[in-house]
Amino acid sequence: MSAQFDPSMYLAILPEIGLIVLAAITLVLDLVWQDRRCRYLGWITAGGLAVIAGLAVAFARPGPDPLLIFGGMLRLDDTGFVFRLIFLFGATITALFAVDNEGLCNKGEFYTLLLVSTLGMSLMASSADLIMLFLAIETTSIPLYVLAGFIIRDQNSVEAGIKYLLFGAMTSAISLYGFSLLYGFCGTTQIYAMGEIFANGQISPVLIGMSILLVVVGFAFKISGVPFHFWAPDVYQGAPTPVAGYLSTASKAAGFAVLMRVLLAVFPGQTDVWILLVAIMATASMFLGNLLALAQKNIKRMLAYSSIAQAGYILIGVASGTELGISGSVYYLLGYLFTNLVAFGVVNVIEDAVESSEIKAFSGLSRRNPMLALLMLAALLSLGGIPPFAGFFGKLLVFGSAIESGQVWLAIVGIINSMIALYYYLTVLRVIYQGEGGAPYWVSPSWQVALVIGLVGILVLGVVFAPFFGWSQQAAQSLSLFN
Amino acid sequence: MDFISTHLLTLILFIPTAAALLMLFLPKDRVNLLRWWAFIASLIPFALTLLLWGKFVPAQSGFQFTEQAAWYGVLNASYHVGVDGISLTMVLLTTLLMPLAILTSFNIKERVKPYMILFLLLETGMLGVFMALDLLLFFVFWEVGLVPMYFLIAQWGGANRNYASLKFMLYTIGGSLGLLLAIQLIGVVVGSFDLLVLFDKWPQVTAISLPLGLSVATVKAIAFWAFVIAFAIKVPVWPFHTWLPDAHTEAPTAGSMILAGVLLKLGAYGFLRLVLPLYPVEAKTFAGALAFLAVAAIIFGALAAWGQTDFKRLVAYSSINHMGFVVLGIAAAALAGNTPDAVIAVNGAVLQMFNHGLSAAGMFFLVGVIYDRAHTRDLNDFGGIWTRMPVYGSLLLFTAMASLGLPGLNGFVSEFLVIRGSWPILDLATALGMIGLFFTGAYILKALKLVLHGPLNERWAKLNEISTREILVITPLAVLMLGIGVWPAWILNVINRAVQMWF
Amino acid sequence: MQFPILSVLIFLPLITGIVLLFMPAERKTLIKSISLGTASLILLLSAIVFFSYNVAAGGYQFIEKAAWVPALGISYYVGVDGIAAPMVLLAGLVMFTGVLVSWGVDDRPREFFAFMMFLGSSVLGVFGALDLFMLFFFFELAVFPKYLMIVLWGSPKTRNYSGMKLTLYLFVGSMISLVGALAIYFGSGLRTFDMIALESAGFSLVFQRLWFPFVFLGFGILSGIFPFYSWAPDGHVAAPTAISMLLAGVEMKVGAFAALRVAFMLLPDGARYWSTAILVLATINVVYGAFIALIQTDFKYVIGFSSVSHMGLVLIGFATMNRQGLIGAGLQMFSHGVMTALFFSVVGMVYDRAHTREIAQLGGLFRKMPVAAFGFIVGGLVSMGMPGFSGFIAEFPIFMGVWQAAPVVAVIAILGVIITAAYILLVVRRVFFGELPEGLSNIGDVTIKDKISTVLLAAIMIAVGIFPSLMAPMISSGVDHILALFGGA
Repeated sequence: MSAQFDPSMYLAILPEIGLIVLAAITLVLDLVWQDRRCRYLGWITAGGLAVIAGLAVAFARPGPDPLLIFGGMLRLDDTGFVFRLIFLFGATITALFAVDNEGLCNKGEFYTLLLVSTLGMSLMASSADLIMLFLAIETTSIPLYVLAGFIIRDQNSVEAGIKYLLFGAMTSAISLYGFSLLYGFCGTTQIYAMGEIFANGQISPVLIGMSILLVVVGFAFKISGVPFHFWAPDVYQGAPTPVAGYLSTASKAAGFAVLMRVLLAVFPGQTDVWILLVAIMATASMFLGNLLALAQKNIKRMLAYSSIAQAGYILIGVASGTELGISGSVYYLLGYLFTNLVAFGVVNVIEDAVESSEIKAFSGLSRRNPMLALLMLAALLSLGGIPPFAGFFGKLLVFGSAIESGQVWLAIVGIINSMIALYYYLTVLRVIYQGEGGAPYWVSPSWQVALVIGLVGILVLGVVFAPFFGWSQQAAQSLSLFN
Repeated sequence: MDFISTHLLTLILFIPTAAALLMLFLPKDRVNLLRWWAFIASLIPFALTLLLWGKFVPAQSGFQFTEQAAWYGVLNASYHVGVDGISLTMVLLTTLLMPLAILTSFNIKERVKPYMILFLLLETGMLGVFMALDLLLFFVFWEVGLVPMYFLIAQWGGANRNYASLKFMLYTIGGSLGLLLAIQLIGVVVGSFDLLVLFDKWPQVTAISLPLGLSVATVKAIAFWAFVIAFAIKVPVWPFHTWLPDAHTEAPTAGSMILAGVLLKLGAYGFLRLVLPLYPVEAKTFAGALAFLAVAAIIFGALAAWGQTDFKRLVAYSSINHMGFVVLGIAAAALAGNTPDAVIAVNGAVLQMFNHGLSAAGMFFLVGVIYDRAHTRDLNDFGGIWTRMPVYGSLLLFTAMASLGLPGLNGFVSEFLVIRGSWPILDLATALGMIGLFFTGAYILKALKLVLHGPLNERWAKLNEISTREILVITPLAVLMLGIGVWPAWILNVINRAVQMWF
Repeated sequence: MQFPILSVLIFLPLITGIVLLFMPAERKTLIKSISLGTASLILLLSAIVFFSYNVAAGGYQFIEKAAWVPALGISYYVGVDGIAAPMVLLAGLVMFTGVLVSWGVDDRPREFFAFMMFLGSSVLGVFGALDLFMLFFFFELAVFPKYLMIVLWGSPKTRNYSGMKLTLYLFVGSMISLVGALAIYFGSGLRTFDMIALESAGFSLVFQRLWFPFVFLGFGILSGIFPFYSWAPDGHVAAPTAISMLLAGVEMKVGAFAALRVAFMLLPDGARYWSTAILVLATINVVYGAFIALIQTDFKYVIGFSSVSHMGLVLIGFATMNRQGLIGAGLQMFSHGVMTALFFSVVGMVYDRAHTREIAQLGGLFRKMPVAAFGFIVGGLVSMGMPGFSGFIAEFPIFMGVWQAAPVVAVIAILGVIITAAYILLVVRRVFFGELPEGLSNIGDVTIKDKISTVLLAAIMIAVGIFPSLMAPMISSGVDHILALFGGA
């Protein structure tokens, strides 16, 4: 823990620096390119993000041992590294979807906001200090509130933005209260120092339990876990589709990153408390999400409820509290990123063409655009956990971790839910494949690129597991010492 | 030639199948080609059987012309065939009747090709039963023969063929289920299906290490009855006979000939080949019951035949009556084991099988001849046919007399032997059987009277005389009936040696 | 380095399927030709696997192994034993004939044949898998082709309901098994999915008894075990012809095969503990399935329920846990696969021409389509367990096995045989013989491709029926290994 100047410290935040620079560039270009921004700004953002991802891989790789930097504000470890890549990928694809999206691409701020929230997420995943963490969360959230309500002409969008803001603000406040409790107990804001203090066992378990509860509330909002999920369906439906996709993937992943880090680092001694809490939340999320998804007629609402349920599956991995479970959750998030982005991407295409996101609008898609149908097939089946798509391995890992840690009931709950979920995924698939055809829908080149990247991601994660599982494992290992 | 002599049985067995397969490639509208193909294909096994008969050494014990080849090695079942005197007689009967039945079928006009193919496959099925020296193989052929017969009845049969064929099939399959289970049980216990091994070991089995919860004796008794019921249905023994009148009546003429001539023998053969050697103790215990069933078959068969007004049904019931004597002889042997009387009874039974094959085939054929012309089989509709068809009349009279057991014709010899052999062993049953014999005379004479004699029904004034082809069919049968009646030694010699060796 | 024949078998259809999806949709004949070419190649390769399997040597052959996820002990590990080799052949046969009888598919043939290829890859992958993870991977690969093929090309009235029912049933089944498989993985302490290694993991008795039902039941659902069979008739009836063939002919075997491979072979003591329960359920399958088949009025439902009945015999064979029973079960899997493929293909041929499957509205079709009728009759005889056909060869040892395990089951289950005989004979007579209804007087004969398919399948059943040594010794060699596991554990 050295406060001295060390160039490697700046290398470690090179991606974040890159994001700030890129955000600035977009702002400037927005002013310069009045008429061309719709076409080029998105590409530049996406390209820039790809470069940043390259920089992150090349220069910002953590060493074998986690390292606290900037006075313990950040922790240079594999968790941060992997999640940063998740966010960068998510932002890249989202930026590509925004190109040719009339509501979004005409305003350059869209990309700036997107980049700033990505920056926030990136810092969330690496924060090792409560203050840093809270700042990062807010840096992430505030741009997202704006993005959700980005299309001010559209009442739904505005409503989504406000709803998101209200919910977010409230849960942030509760979380902050939890943080203050923690500081009160420990006298430090250093996450990794707190664990040792709690381990000494001088603080009343009731108080600890309460602080766990409060802290978790804020994260549960981010991951849209029950009972802090209420915002999700309305926001997803109302927000611009690419933003909804971004919210459901990158933002959720960020929430999981901090949830896992805080739980494992601050409360390693209180596993029995938070495991139960997380398991209950997982169960509730899965059941509620899946059962409500069954009834949806709008695909964005359906995907919203599905994403609540997906959070539940990922929570199974967290609830196991084991290395395998955490690795599973990370892998799941990785796969889920591509999967849900593709799903929302296809919705984006349909919405652009027919101005509707009702499931009915998908009827006959396979006769119009067989490739889009296949993409949706891959996305839906990946969500359903069917090989050879990414979701299969993620599910296998989290269910496996539940069994490994002796929580067979949780795996069985997961299975029951997988069945319910498969029902509505397949129903959508049926609509896509049945029905009369017509003229193919237009798919802009940037969307094509984004969708292909997504599909490749789904397939690669669904077939070639080893390297990505290796990352997930490292991410899990660097969070905590599992014993 | 060497190949032929070493694989004689296999050739006899599979030449019909090979011919049937080749027939698939013949054009289906060249009806005459198909008919002659089938006829010649059935003559070859007959010729080979004559060769077999010539080469067969009656004095030699055990099975001859045996062949063994790997078949279902995993279960220790092999393709093992061979003949002794009993089976040789049956093989002869089968290969003899087949060409005649096919010749009879020359009047089939519809779908000749499948008909002939089925007939040839049927021959393989029946021959296989008589030749098999492996229990599993036996069962395979036992069941396989059902399929062509089912289709022959169902496709070329009379008005009520659907009902009759289904009944025939389900009855026989149902009857075989017990046999199947018992065979499985034996296979599990002994670990082999080879009959020579089983004859040796199965009767000696004293402990069965299966979770049956029953004593060995009980298990064996149940298995015994499983065998008996399967064979009794086929014979058929009262009260398992109800499929027979329907099937025989509805089958096409040639089908009835084979059904009565050969298929029924399969059941009786099963008794001789399997039940008696495998279950000597149980057979002895239950011989009385068997004799009772046999007598019931004799008497009820005759009475039922007497009550019929359908000519074909009458002949069908007569089969039950005649086969009853076979079973009576078997029951006697079961009770007495290896005594001279029992040997005589079994000799009679085997010869009765052969004789009934001849006469029943002949009778069904002659019924078919008149049916083809009159399109009715109602005895009350006939009358005075003799005046229109004297040749037919005399042939019918001759065959009926053979069936009735007139001395000098074959039926007498065998029935006499059965009764002679059974009398000292089962006196009451034999005496009752004699009463049945009386009824036999009654129904046959009734039929003859109603068909041939009396005033001519004017409807039949234009009936054609029996044709040359038809005479060609009945002649060999008639010659044999007379031949065995006058000089039975040629065939009894073969049978007797085998019987003496076995019982 | 030997030729990686199993990998080629598994990935050839997968790659063909992907290639097909990228072909122009209007080149229908080309798409069909490519599919037929691939299917022929699959048949050829599967026949090579079958015939070049060294029975004398036994064990797992054609082994290939590659690391997949070493951190978790997952590898790409394929090989076949004496039980799997006939299954591979079965899959090849049904794929080939399935493509042949699907030549008439005119609605989106590209997707149809591509999905069919995926399904083929899935089943071949399961039969070849020696790695538990890989087995599940390929097992679940079949989910979406199954579902989509039923709801897209199935019979319009019931396809949505039946397709969903079938898919969910099977998915739940596989997930339940997955839980059991994961328990095996963690419980073994070996951290490997390698099934050969897991065979000798030495699980405790309590563990085996606890987890066997999970693994078995999950796969058992796919093989139609009572009372979880109802997806099978519904699904098979609603599916298009080729998929009915693949589902009933191969997929149900996949379930049974996996139940044997994972549940019985990895948890033998558990199997012994639960074998009585399985016997009871499977016996209900046999008898009850046959009774229900007897009262169906829809041609295809008769066959659908007959599968339930016959698969019961396979499970009975497994549950005997002795040599004869297992040999019989292996043979029955093959025999029933070929038989039911033949059945469904003929049902499809009839339906395509008559446009009805109501038995009451059919009749006299022998004259119109003799080859199809012949095929159906052969299938019927196999189904009845008639000697001389493969069904007998399979059922006989099963019953021999049952005698040693539970004689009363033999006596009850044999009832299924006579009921089967009844419904088969009735269906054959009502559909193919008797009067030809007015409306059907001008229907045509089946195509030459249909004939090739029918004759091929029929000929195989007869060949195996007459020469059991074509297949029985191979299965026996596989059973040797299983018995060693049963005895050694």
